[in-house]
Amino acid sequence: MSGHSIYQPQSPFMQWLERRLPIASLVYSSFVAYPTPRNLNYWWTFGGILSFMLGVQIITGIVLAMHYTPHVDYAFNSVEGIMRDVNYGWLLRYIHSNGASFFFLAVYIHMARGMYYGSYKEPREVLWILGVILFLLMVATGFMGYVLPWGQMSFWAATVITNLFSAIPGVGGSIVTWLWGGYAVGNPTLNRFYSLHYLLPFVIAGVVVLHVWALHMVGQNNPTGVEPKTEKDTVAFTPYATVKDAFFVGLFCIVFAYFIFYIPNYLGHSDNYIPANPSQTPTHIVPEWYYLPFYAILRGIPSKLLGVTALAGSIVVLAFLPWLDTSRVRSANYRPLYRQFLFIFFAAVIGLGYLGSQEPTGGYVIAARILTAYYFAFFFIILPLLGLFETTKPLPNSISESVLGEGVPIGASAPPPGARG
Amino acid sequence: MKIHHSIILGFTLAATLTAGATLAAAQEADAPPRLHWSFSGPFGTYDPEQLQRGFKIYREVCSNCHSLKLLSFRNLADPDGPAFTEAQAAAIAATFQVTDGPNDQGQMFQRPGKISDTFPPPFPNEQAARAALGGKLPPDMSDLAKARSYEWGFPWFVLDAFTMYQEDGPDYIHAILTGYTDPPPGFVLPPGGQYNKFFPGHAIGMPKPLSDGQVEYTDGTPTTVDQYGRDVAAFLMWAAEPKLDARKRLGFQVMIFLIVFTGLLYFTKKKVWYAVLHDSDLLKPRTPTEYKS
Repeated sequence: MSGHSIYQPQSPFMQWLERRLPIASLVYSSFVAYPTPRNLNYWWTFGGILSFMLGVQIITGIVLAMHYTPHVDYAFNSVEGIMRDVNYGWLLRYIHSNGASFFFLAVYIHMARGMYYGSYKEPREVLWILGVILFLLMVATGFMGYVLPWGQMSFWAATVITNLFSAIPGVGGSIVTWLWGGYAVGNPTLNRFYSLHYLLPFVIAGVVVLHVWALHMVGQNNPTGVEPKTEKDTVAFTPYATVKDAFFVGLFCIVFAYFIFYIPNYLGHSDNYIPANPSQTPTHIVPEWYYLPFYAILRGIPSKLLGVTALAGSIVVLAFLPWLDTSRVRSANYRPLYRQFLFIFFAAVIGLGYLGSQEPTGGYVIAARILTAYYFAFFFIILPLLGLFETTKPLPNSISESVLGEGVPIGASAPPPGARG
Repeated sequence: MKIHHSIILGFTLAATLTAGATLAAAQEADAPPRLHWSFSGPFGTYDPEQLQRGFKIYREVCSNCHSLKLLSFRNLADPDGPAFTEAQAAAIAATFQVTDGPNDQGQMFQRPGKISDTFPPPFPNEQAARAALGGKLPPDMSDLAKARSYEWGFPWFVLDAFTMYQEDGPDYIHAILTGYTDPPPGFVLPPGGQYNKFFPGHAIGMPKPLSDGQVEYTDGTPTTVDQYGRDVAAFLMWAAEPKLDARKRLGFQVMIFLIVFTGLLYFTKKKVWYAVLHDSDLLKPRTPTEYKS
């Protein structure tokens, strides 16, 4: 898609460099001349927002690491020292802790957009799978980061989640001891989580490079799901996509800043301001909001092994989405039934999230089981069958036709989110 | 139109399931009343006089059992906090005895506190506290106002994001201080417990700490338990979140910048896309020189 570079170095130095390291033409062809479908809507800006958030998290994280002490006796107080005595430490920490939430918010929107417009379908399977790997890495990084302040929820979340591995028959107990570096969550656990929490973001950055590389091989999907055919179907990445992404990063930052400056503890749990105490279990252990749907799936199933399998399966199944969805039409705009089932799926995930925040008793468990059943039925029953039975709407011949053919001005090619659907 | 039907269908299904589940759960403690605080909202700031009164209560009452380990005497001179003068903070520090050492003879010794010292704890260790207080351990108060909360449940947790409600901690602390009542008939208090309608499970280990007129105010503020509760809760909120004033000040500047900047980006975007949206011949990828026109 990206074609050969049309970058022509002008200055003698750039010509000299181009013959030795063609980095300028690589950047040019990838981020300037790279053709993007002209009809991308604002849901496509979340890739850029995610790159921005990764940068924010790495920069604030590196500075926080300069002031943090990964030791069970000092971790909590060192975080409090950052909040109280480090210049603008409160700002760094609130950006970083809320940044995790906004990173996940952006990735969920990014994934939902991929599901709605069928962005995982041929030839974008590898791009999608790399995305699932990125999500898994984010889950691991976020979880280990949450442990570092060593509050009550940090400690008990670490205990609950690492204990999940004990469900593995035979070797489970040994694996848990190996993960802990001892016979309980303790200082070795905190140290290795800190080490890995520092490492994994750079692994994420590496996989992001692969993700973007794969994207530039196959090109972006678009709201019609019809591949660009002529030059009329695309615009250059810069300035068109760049300025659009920048505008939405700005909007995203306004909401992000609102949380940082006005409700910085809204998304956290008050128990995490109590120092970790291994001899006192909180009445109600809950993970961060972005893990709640998976937590609800785990708790809804009475067998520990089955619950852990379902938890892992609920994420791993995403990697098989390109093959579970048998329809050849990509965009849900042309798949009326799929769209209905997909919205129910989104609602089920949000419902699971709410149930995950509540105590696992009575009606909550039954509701969580019904929504879990739908979650898996969506992937294993609905998606494979829909492709066979669904009557799809006629696809436009090209992106330009879809934009022009509806009798609307070309300006309608970039509707605000939700305006078309 | 169809988008609305499917969204409504999906969310109704999920909401029915979750609402049914919500009814099944029982609320155990009374909801703390939501008070008005000087530090709530986007422009809220601490009231130094209130914090000074709250500190007086901490010093005369709470500090007999509760430590305040993360704070130093110098914090009392914080202009965004109680705003004592540095001399006042030093004078307060000098009234506390602090363990220092070892000295040249290898001995630990007691000396009057300095402004750079942290607040000395009332008990040397956890065991000493438990031994003195019938097995109970009073929590450290440095983060208490952020470490306590109350869950109001579904509609509130959404609304609270929009109303910037972050005062659940001080509301809870005030409620506990004013929530001591006689137990309802049939309620069996465990030994050493007191009945408090706002405490989860109702049996609280702390005896009623404040009564009307207990702490003297010199500025004419009413000396009621309700007022004491408000003042000490405000003080504890400052102790837990000393940078709140600075945060909201900077926040306003950042929001203004972001809104203006994003507005400019919006118009830049409109200008850049104008040609694309109005002249389809301009759609082809172009070299940078062609952008200058």
